[in-house]
Amino acid sequence: MISVLVFIFIISAFLGFELISKVPSQLHTPLMSGSNAISGITIVGAIVAAGVAHGEFATALGFLAVIFAMINVVGGYLVTDRMLAMFRHKKKK
Amino acid sequence: MEWLYIIAAVLFVLGLKMLSSPDSARRGNVVSAVGMLLAMVATLLKGGISFTWIAAGIVIGSVIGALWAYRVKMTQMPEMVAIFNGFGGLASMLVGWAEYHMHRDAPTSTIVSIYLTVLIGGVTFTGSVLAFAKLAEIGVSGKPFMFRGQHIVNGLLLAGAVLFGVIFTLAPESSYAILILGVVLALVIGVFAVLPIGGADMPVVICLLNSYSGLAAAAAGFVLANNMLIVAGSLVGASGIILTEIMCKAMNRSLANVLFSGFGAAAGTLSRARAKGEAKSISPHDAYFALEAARSIVFVPGYGMAVAQAQHVVKELADHLEANSTEVKYAIHPVAGRMPGHMNVLLAEADVPYDQLVEMNAINPLMPTIDVALVIGANDVVNPAAREDKSSPIYGMPIINVDHAHTVFVLKRSMASGFAGIENPLFFKDNATMIFGDAKKTLQEIVSEFKAA
Repeated sequence: MISVLVFIFIISAFLGFELISKVPSQLHTPLMSGSNAISGITIVGAIVAAGVAHGEFATALGFLAVIFAMINVVGGYLVTDRMLAMFRHKKKK
Repeated sequence: MEWLYIIAAVLFVLGLKMLSSPDSARRGNVVSAVGMLLAMVATLLKGGISFTWIAAGIVIGSVIGALWAYRVKMTQMPEMVAIFNGFGGLASMLVGWAEYHMHRDAPTSTIVSIYLTVLIGGVTFTGSVLAFAKLAEIGVSGKPFMFRGQHIVNGLLLAGAVLFGVIFTLAPESSYAILILGVVLALVIGVFAVLPIGGADMPVVICLLNSYSGLAAAAAGFVLANNMLIVAGSLVGASGIILTEIMCKAMNRSLANVLFSGFGAAAGTLSRARAKGEAKSISPHDAYFALEAARSIVFVPGYGMAVAQAQHVVKELADHLEANSTEVKYAIHPVAGRMPGHMNVLLAEADVPYDQLVEMNAINPLMPTIDVALVIGANDVVNPAAREDKSSPIYGMPIINVDHAHTVFVLKRSMASGFAGIENPLFFKDNATMIFGDAKKTLQEIVSEFKAA
């Protein structure tokens, strides 16, 4: 099982290198805030921790994790959208 | 539900792919967000989950995140990205901790993953908070902070982290206290890692912390044996590492040098004596005549433009120049500002068309044909010492060769050296002239001259 996970990790890291090296430098700030939002994917783990009743303490940890991951996700995607909107309607020339 | 995870992972990949062009980037971001939504829905539908706390957390987090995203000024983007990296790291750390709390008897591979999640997440959290504070200058200055024996302390902290990790892995069921110590250690390491790093090196640090926040999520994926977490986390990890490398290259320094040298803390005294001659300066009024007569102008913005919030008046000046049939371009150095692409975002906010933004390597061959290069709050990225002075700390760093233009105007508050404390021989060149004062005010004065004309 663990070898499958490592395999997936390595392959997607390579995929990431390929994808990101094609992003032009002018979009690097939105890239950072957008990938930042993606790192909020840990929300999946947070939901599990906050949801499966396994004692109050675990729920509390999960609850906090949900809040922080969600700030990351929502804030990250929205601010990226705000930035990219400014880039986009530059077509007036 | 595994199928939804696969779709989500594909959407993340597609979203990042669409970021490779400004035309599709905004849709790419939406695609990525839909992926995130699917991933969350898939998790909620798994069953055996009570929604009360989850719903509360989602609402609280969403409100905070949305308010933050809409209120933040574009000049504050580096701070915001920094602190959000930290939140991602913190969330992953808490997930790892909660998982251990629930399953202390997990197999060794999971236990190792838990420790790594907590460690990386914790370092990311405090490192990011400190980076945020340094960028926003809340409570701490942006200067590098060094003390005697710093490397030894860092070495001991790392050794401690490894030691606790080994103990924790060997006897996980009786090692709750060790995990807590690991958490504390991770938080301390994060602080000590960012302390010696100064403001001008922040682009590198933010990229690196960005990478860590992804790696922490990937590590949490190993804990939960969740493929999609691993895919998403490692995409972010790779992204952060690539950006880190680009930033280091743009400064001609190794990552180790950025992280450990406290660059800018000691420099400045050495080269001070070598500055020759006297810098000329003129008033905005005189600068107006030169700009009015110029056929081609390149703006070279730096962090000072962000500090002065001068991007809008830059654009206003550019409009007047273009109306005067002057060709206007903007030269962007990769490390100008406090994060990758910082200047591009600010100029985009001011409505500058992105085809006028030219990268360093594309603008340098054109420089000899440019009438006026207008340097706004940039210093080290236009310092010819990087080309000419082998003893300069920034020797070898690729720069924008503004000194090759016919005339250079440098908008600057005073003759004080830049962040890195390095004297800038540009100011003493024959074709360079200083315009002292607040960049925004200076530009406003020039604009009003254009209006009056």
